[in-house]
Amino acid sequence: MKKMSLFGLLGLVVRRDLLLAMRRRADVLTTLIFFVMVVSLFPLGVGPEMDMLRKMAPGVVWVAALLASMLSLPRMFSADYADGTLEQMMLAPQSLSVLVLGKIVAHWMLSGLPLALIAPVLGLQFDMSAPALGTLVLALLLGTPVLSMIGAIGAALTLGLRGGGVLVSLLVLPLCIPVLIFGAGAVEAVTSGMSAASNLSFLGAFMLFALVFTPFVASQALRISME
Amino acid sequence: MAINWFKYSAPTTFYGLAGKLIPYFAWPAAILFAIGIYIGFFVAPTDATQSEAYRIIFLHVPASILSMFIYLIMAGYAALGLIFNTRLSSMMAQALAPTGALFAFVSLWSGALWGKPMWGAWWVWDARLTSELILLFLYLGYIALHASIEDTRRADKASALLAIVGSVNVPIIYFSVKWWNTLHQGATIKMSGTSMHIAMQQAMFAVMAACWLYAIAVALARVRGIILEREANTQWVNDLPEVKQMNGEHS
Repeated sequence: MKKMSLFGLLGLVVRRDLLLAMRRRADVLTTLIFFVMVVSLFPLGVGPEMDMLRKMAPGVVWVAALLASMLSLPRMFSADYADGTLEQMMLAPQSLSVLVLGKIVAHWMLSGLPLALIAPVLGLQFDMSAPALGTLVLALLLGTPVLSMIGAIGAALTLGLRGGGVLVSLLVLPLCIPVLIFGAGAVEAVTSGMSAASNLSFLGAFMLFALVFTPFVASQALRISME
Repeated sequence: MAINWFKYSAPTTFYGLAGKLIPYFAWPAAILFAIGIYIGFFVAPTDATQSEAYRIIFLHVPASILSMFIYLIMAGYAALGLIFNTRLSSMMAQALAPTGALFAFVSLWSGALWGKPMWGAWWVWDARLTSELILLFLYLGYIALHASIEDTRRADKASALLAIVGSVNVPIIYFSVKWWNTLHQGATIKMSGTSMHIAMQQAMFAVMAACWLYAIAVALARVRGIILEREANTQWVNDLPEVKQMNGEHS
């Protein structure tokens, strides 16, 4: 077998997961539709006053993104677990952390990225200004990877458990609160005329911090769940 | 004389030790609690600004401190169990979780009771309240994860990992919430308790010590239960006088 570089391996895992997801496009679309639906429900719940909706928008979009990414978490490892691929991955000579990172990246491209791209359309429903929309997309692009990374730990810990879907939300949501705070805070800062730089910096810092530790922790969690 | 420090790290020996130790923690806890509550309600003077309502802090402050501290101790035991594979450490972590969750709940509840007369609202999105609530969520997540895994070895390790991740996250959450709070609203009423009356201090320390002792006693009692549950099929459990007596009654 020829020796594979780290990035080559990473690309391979990402490509494989994306290919698998493309064979079952419905899964990806359901998450996206769920996101759009939750955001659209809020005005129906609280009333159509634009002033209030404009104020609520960042929080609503972020909470909906958080819920939508929770929804897709159980799928991160379950299919590979069911057909034995995961076991093969653990036996592979390559580092499990890198394989897990590949799966995290793929998960983000299928859940976080589409949410970030569609968010401006939803923001228009809430009459958000152009700079606020730009910040919202930027904040989502920085923050949703963290959700996928922390989520990977939860998904790995609850692998193969009854009621794993609800349990994973219970474990992961409290840990995601900082992302929610700074993600929504960035947009709010822009709408109130301040700079979003500090909030975005925090999100970037969270992402780097999570990037260093979560693949390792998630791979440890997988080993615990599989032994 | 060489002491075998690890003698009591075996569940078999620790079971007996815990049983002997419980009264030494439980009784002082009860007595100190009674003393603290008595001083708090009858000796400590009425506060100038907060009148009688302040008296809830005698329970509230110890409960809050313990809820945070127990999480750290729990994570520490969990880490020990994960690293050295010591069964008793994992059992201690599992035994501490419900007590920590209880203290977090008591802290929130007593805080709400204090907030109504002081702030005019049961709940305020104050940084400390919010992070205490998130701490309660973390406890519940830990307990739920442990409860939903049937294989105890996996349950111990998985929840240990969660506790460690949680303890790394707690400071981040705390400062995020603090920052979020200062952005959203002005500082809420702060307790200016630097010049506390001596009786108030005594009451606070008595209840604090009582809560500590209570937490230790309850954790020991719970860990005894956990040991019995997990070792139910072993010979030494079946040889215990209390188990023999029970079995005798049933057969």
